[in-house]
Amino acid sequence: MTINWFRYSSPASFYPIAGRLIPWFFSAAALLMLAGLYISFFVAPTDAQQGEAYRIIFIHVPAAWMSMFIYIVMAAWAGIGLAFNTRLSSMVASALAPTGAMMTFIALWTGSLWGKPMWGTWWVWDARLTSELILLFLYFGFMSLQAAIDDPRRADKAGAVIALVGVINVPIIYFSVKWWNTLHQGASVSLMQSPTMAKPMLIGMLVMALAFWMYSIAAMLMRLRAIIIERERNSDWVKALKERQS
Amino acid sequence: MNDLSLTAALWTVGSRDLLAAMRHRADLLTTLIFFALVASLFPLGVGSETALLRLMGPGVVWVAALLASMLALTRLFASDYGDGTLEQLALSPHPLTLLVLAKIGAHWLASGLPLVIIAPLLGLQFDLNADAQLVLLASLLLGTPTLSLIGAVGAALTLGVRGGGALLSLLVLPLYVPVLIFGAGAVEASAAGLGAGAHLSLLGALLLVALVFAPWATAVSVRIAVE
Amino acid sequence: MNWGSAGEFFAMGGYAAFVWGSFGVTAACIVVEIIVLKARHRAAVRALPANSAGQP
Repeated sequence: MTINWFRYSSPASFYPIAGRLIPWFFSAAALLMLAGLYISFFVAPTDAQQGEAYRIIFIHVPAAWMSMFIYIVMAAWAGIGLAFNTRLSSMVASALAPTGAMMTFIALWTGSLWGKPMWGTWWVWDARLTSELILLFLYFGFMSLQAAIDDPRRADKAGAVIALVGVINVPIIYFSVKWWNTLHQGASVSLMQSPTMAKPMLIGMLVMALAFWMYSIAAMLMRLRAIIIERERNSDWVKALKERQS
Repeated sequence: MNDLSLTAALWTVGSRDLLAAMRHRADLLTTLIFFALVASLFPLGVGSETALLRLMGPGVVWVAALLASMLALTRLFASDYGDGTLEQLALSPHPLTLLVLAKIGAHWLASGLPLVIIAPLLGLQFDLNADAQLVLLASLLLGTPTLSLIGAVGAALTLGVRGGGALLSLLVLPLYVPVLIFGAGAVEASAAGLGAGAHLSLLGALLLVALVFAPWATAVSVRIAVE
Repeated sequence: MNWGSAGEFFAMGGYAAFVWGSFGVTAACIVVEIIVLKARHRAAVRALPANSAGQP
């Protein structure tokens, strides 16, 4: 039996599906987040070197993972939209960008709050922090470019090009900053300096990362629904939707 | 232009752009003055001790070159976009990727190369010695084409878009980071006695990667813009 | 269990500002994003042209 996947790839048929999926992803995110918070505060033991401050790791690392992961997924969807001219995939890319930028901001913010007690300074030009900052600029570039173009189809395609160029650049930027950093300061200060990470720490981080993942999908779907309505406002099915609601 | 061979077409596109650049010499001069001006502002801002200047010289010259080459980018496609030439290029039977590459090459000759040539003058302001000057020259020679290639993607994407200039810098400057690091790093490494070979090879590698991807991405962006 | 009392829990071994600053801002970001998204969807639906074709 073959399923006609293209049927679900039209905005009109995906809109109600997204509506039905959102509560599931939000519940999964909430449950995982509760479990993650429990592990991070009550199961994971106090770190011998860093005291309680290390508990920031439980949001810092998952947020940093998600920020990079979302950028790659966003570029992939944008690329699919560019190559196969599928509107929905381009919309998914636009819907992911603000959530990805938020994850990047959280990673930077928590990194800074962690750095202050550990390194005595709010900011170090560490390879990770610096590439994360540049990643934030890449997200801003993608969003500003799309916002500046009035024609949505052109905005989709232009965004796809800059997202794909960015995706090629992210690893180059990371390694160049890393290299620059080691030349300037000798060995760079590592966030994960504990030699053997305690098992509850690793589990806590993974659970939190899953929670952020589910949350990002839910937020993406919510934004996707708004984008679909904004773009398809003149189509018949959206008008019918309006009538049903009023 | 259907009966033109590919090489003739590339030559026509490139020489036409070079001629246009020669006719608008004032634009080129503005870019060069901007380059010199930005580099001269730094000593005024941070103080003029020779040791400090020698330390930041390479970085400052590189940042100034980055900004100046970005400033010149808006001229790469704008007039051709305005008068419809770009649309004709996109319709021509020759691969747009190569035509765009010819345009980028001409643009680099007209705005990148002059930056490289006057850079040693700015190096003098920062008391760089002869060795450092040579490495600075070499790193700019390898790095500025990469800047033009990456910048061309941004220039094509922002054609006819609201707030083009500021948006262009937001798109392009983050992508310039590796070139800046290795370019300025080459001069610093040679000043520290480490030898600039590794940095220069990496700059060359970046140039090759940009040569493979950037013309293609620029051609796609040009098509998006003229559609 | 790591904490003797609620006070100890909130003091976070002297790092309260940093730990709660991180978790608090993250929670605020999530809450604000959800509110903004709900508002955006509502505004998009409300901005739809009123379809008077079949209406009496």
